[in-house]
Amino acid sequence: MQINTYEHSVLLDASKCTGCTTCMKHCPTEAIRIREQKAVIDSTRCIDCGECIKVCPFQAKKAVSDKLSEMSRFKWKIALPAPTLYGQFDNLDDVDYVLDGLLKIGFDDVFEVSKAAELVSAYTRLYLKTEGIPTPVISSACPVVIRLIALRFPSLSENIMRLLPPMEVAARLARERAIKNHPELKEEEIGVCFISPCPAKVSYVKNDFASYKSQVDVVVSISDIYFQLVSVMSPDAKLKSMTESGMIGIGWASSGGEATAILTEDYLAVDGIDNMIHVLDQIEDGNIPPVKFIELNACTSGCVGGVLTIQNPFIAKARLQTLRKYLPVSMNFLTKEEGDYIPDSYFFDELPVYHPINRLGNSIAESMHMMADIQKLRESLPGIDCGACGSPTCRALAEDTVRKCAKIEDCVLYRRGKEGAEENEG
Amino acid sequence: MSEALVFHFDVDGDNFTSAGQASVQVKKDLRQLGLPTDIIRRISIAMYEGEINMVIHANGGTADVLVYEDAIEIILEDHGPGIADIDKAMQEGYSTASDTIRSLGFGAGMGLPNMKRYTDSMDIKTKLGVGTTITMRIELA
Repeated sequence: MQINTYEHSVLLDASKCTGCTTCMKHCPTEAIRIREQKAVIDSTRCIDCGECIKVCPFQAKKAVSDKLSEMSRFKWKIALPAPTLYGQFDNLDDVDYVLDGLLKIGFDDVFEVSKAAELVSAYTRLYLKTEGIPTPVISSACPVVIRLIALRFPSLSENIMRLLPPMEVAARLARERAIKNHPELKEEEIGVCFISPCPAKVSYVKNDFASYKSQVDVVVSISDIYFQLVSVMSPDAKLKSMTESGMIGIGWASSGGEATAILTEDYLAVDGIDNMIHVLDQIEDGNIPPVKFIELNACTSGCVGGVLTIQNPFIAKARLQTLRKYLPVSMNFLTKEEGDYIPDSYFFDELPVYHPINRLGNSIAESMHMMADIQKLRESLPGIDCGACGSPTCRALAEDTVRKCAKIEDCVLYRRGKEGAEENEG
Repeated sequence: MSEALVFHFDVDGDNFTSAGQASVQVKKDLRQLGLPTDIIRRISIAMYEGEINMVIHANGGTADVLVYEDAIEIILEDHGPGIADIDKAMQEGYSTASDTIRSLGFGAGMGLPNMKRYTDSMDIKTKLGVGTTITMRIELA
C-alpha cells in the first residue's frame, strides 16, 4: 500500500466552501487546513472517516463513489448489498423485497454481505482460539480502523484480525457462484458491485488496501441507489425466498453486532471516531480490562451511521432490530468439518505498514530542534484554538510554521499584539 | 543538542477520567520526534501508571518528560503523603489504595512494579508528609 499515492474518497466542492473552519476543527487526524478561504485536505493524513462530510454546514464536502452505470461494462452483474441497506426502508418486513428490487434494477445476481459476515463470524470464533495471538484482537472490518492503526498506532498492528472483511469474502464467493452456475462466463465478464454505506469502503477498493487486490469492481453508495430501488420495490409481489442472512449477519450493520457474534462476553464494541481513538490509546497504554476481542466502528452506531446512507443511524438500527427478530440466528450452514478450520482464502497476510506521517524531521536530532522551536512559538500564541489562522489549533499553527507551510503572522491576535507593541514603542 | 527537550504536564488530582491524558499527549509528541515505537510504548505505559498513582495517592502533581539524544527521563513529582515503605510498595499486588479506588478498577498494586519493568532505571525519593519524586530513565541506544 503506497500511502502517498493513496486515492481518497472525500472531495471538496470549492464553490460551496466558505472556509468556515468547522471541518478543520472536527478532523480527528488534523488533516485539514484552510488556505485562501478553502478547506484543503492533506491526503497523507486523511483516514477517510467522513467526519468532515458529516459536519460541513454547507455540504461542500462530498463523498466520491462510483455510478451504477459503470456496471454496464460487465456481462454478469452481481450486487453485494451491505446489511445497512436493509435498514433504510420504512415498514420493510422481508429482506427479499430489497433483493428482488436489486434484480429489477438490472443486476443478474445478488450476494448478501450479511451472508458472508456470518461466515466471518464463524471463523472469528475459531480465530480467537488460536494459540499465541496478541490480544485484544482488533476487528478488521472497518477500513478506517486499519488506516488509523497504520498511521497512528503502529504497536497495535499485530492485533488486527487477519480475516478478510465480509465485503471481500462476499465478492469472492459471489464470483465463485457465478462461475459455477454459468461456466460459459469469463472472469472479466463478471462485475461485482458493493452497495456501500461509507466512503472508506470506496477508498479501500480503489487502493488495494492491505496489499491484496480487492475483488470488488464498483462501489456505489446506498444513497445513490435508494430511490431507484424504492420505485421498483412492490409490497404486494409474491417473491421466492432469496435471503440467506440470519440475525448475526444483519447485526453487523450496527455497533456491537460483530462483537456479540463471537458468542462470549469477552469483548468491547466501540463506535464513533473519537471514542475509537481514545480506546486505541488506552489499549496501547495497557489501560483496559483484558478482553479477547475489540470491535471498532468509525461511525456512530456502526455502519448504519455511514455518510452514504439515507436514514438516520438510530432509526436504521431500530428497523434492523425489528427485521432481525424473526430470523434464525445464523444461516451460514457450515458443516461440522467446514467449521473446524479456517480456509486460507479467508486470510490476508500483509498488515498495513507504519507510516510515521507526523514525524517532524529526518533524524531524531533534527526533530528535537524543530520540537523546541514549536514549543517556543506555541508560547507566543494565544492558546484559544480559534482556527482563524487556518490551522486547527495554536499548537498546529506553531508546527505548521516550523514545517514552513504557514507563518506565525497568520495568527490575528499575534499580529495585533505585535502591532500594539510597536505602537507603544512609537 | 546538549540541552534536553522538555515536555511538561500538570496532572489534575481530582479527575479520574482525565488521568492518562499526559501519557496520550506525550505519545503524540514523541512520535513526532521519530522515536522507535517500542520505546514510545514503554514510556507511555510508565507515564500512565505514574499518572494514576499521583491521582490516587497524591492529589495530582507534575510530570516532566526530558528527551536527551541518548535517553529519555521521566520525572514525576507530587506533594502527597509520601511512601512509607518503598520495598513493600515495589511488591506486585501491594497497594494502600482505598476500597473505593479499588472498586473503580485501580489500586491493583501493579503501578510501581510496572513503572520499573518498563524503564531501564527508576529512582524514588520520598518523604512522609512532604511528597514523592520518581525519576525513570529509558536508554535510547
